[in-house]
Amino acid sequence: MSQKTIDARGLSCPQPVVLVQKAINEGLSSFDVIVNSEVARENVSRILANNQIKSEQTRDGDDIIIKAVK
Amino acid sequence: MRNIFSGRVGIIITGAIIGLVAVLLQYLGNPANMGICIACFERDMAGALGLHRADAVQYLRPEISGIVLGAFIISLIMKEYRPRAGSSTAIRFFLGIFAMIGALVFLGCPWRALLRLAGGDLNSLLALLGLICGITVGVIFLKHGYSLGRSYSNKKASGWLLPACMLVFFLFNLFTVSFSENGAIFFSAKGPGAMHANLWISLAAGLLFGVLAQRSRFCTMGSIRDVILARDFHLLSGVLALLATALVGNLLLGQFKPGFQGQPIAHSSHLWNFLGMLLAGLAFALAGGCPGRQLILSGEGDADAGIFVLGMITGAAFAHNFSLAAKPDSMLDGVYTIGGTGVFGQAAVIIGIVFCLVIGFVMREKMEV
Repeated sequence: MSQKTIDARGLSCPQPVVLVQKAINEGLSSFDVIVNSEVARENVSRILANNQIKSEQTRDGDDIIIKAVK
Repeated sequence: MRNIFSGRVGIIITGAIIGLVAVLLQYLGNPANMGICIACFERDMAGALGLHRADAVQYLRPEISGIVLGAFIISLIMKEYRPRAGSSTAIRFFLGIFAMIGALVFLGCPWRALLRLAGGDLNSLLALLGLICGITVGVIFLKHGYSLGRSYSNKKASGWLLPACMLVFFLFNLFTVSFSENGAIFFSAKGPGAMHANLWISLAAGLLFGVLAQRSRFCTMGSIRDVILARDFHLLSGVLALLATALVGNLLLGQFKPGFQGQPIAHSSHLWNFLGMLLAGLAFALAGGCPGRQLILSGEGDADAGIFVLGMITGAAFAHNFSLAAKPDSMLDGVYTIGGTGVFGQAAVIIGIVFCLVIGFVMREKMEV
């Protein structure tokens, strides 16, 4: 299965969280989330942590890529 | 750099300080149960600029300037200043207008709803219930793919616009600028607009709110939304801290008077307290933040939030020019009269709710994960 990527750049609060929540609910075991604001990064990290999903972050210019692995 | 305010302790400290300082501002001269109110204070600013002519509510509130400037400065320092724009601008303007109309039918933003409750004003319970209902409807839209679309990065200078406006407004106040005899800038001689703490204290409080709320992402609407949407109680803990410290502060300063009637700058028309805040809550949810949060975002360079703020100021002008804003309960010759909004205000609330529902339905995107 190819790695899913959620592009949440430029989406206002709480849409990044809604998209991540949907991915979790659909049972995706690993996916990437791209955001470009600190608030979105914090919110996505929190929702992943609340769901006991590990994540690691890398930066690419203004973009922050959050890799979620169950 | 790690953000120490993004955790649970940070949001609680923010809420606690806002609650406490708001009560102190009230003690130092701001109107009763209105230590800080984004909607009321933006309404006062609209009046000071002459956008409406309700002479009891005209004052360029330094708290509002301070919040935007505080968020602007701290976001620059923390490298979070990021000018952006282009997410359904006109829709956000109208959401701001209707959010303000809803708030002025209740007589307060969510911050003031909490402060009113902390002062013993039980009418706020109806408003908070309305707020929860409005946000719940907003969450349903969000779950079904509601989106105002992406914003895009903009040139650095574009984000200076709203902070610069707010600085100019503060300077107008500081130098009591007058553009003509008996003309703007207006300063209320009586009524809530004439009640204010010292200019510098108000500015300092605003700056403090701006810095803390920018770091902690404090948002009243978000606090309820996140609980409904994701069982996330993070933001709610800050809101409850605000309520708790304001309550304790009011008790200590003798400002706590429980009841429905005789509450300062409030009315006990229950249905319209409920529906006014339902409209406001729905508009905040669709726009992605409460009025305080929109000020913070506009300080960080979010021009779409800035447009929402300008929409709220415009909405305040409409609310007073078209007799939509509620009148407080009053006592005249021993007769207690329940205030509230008139037929135009009631119609405006209904139109606003219909507008928000239409926006919620039509602005949906297929959610692909």
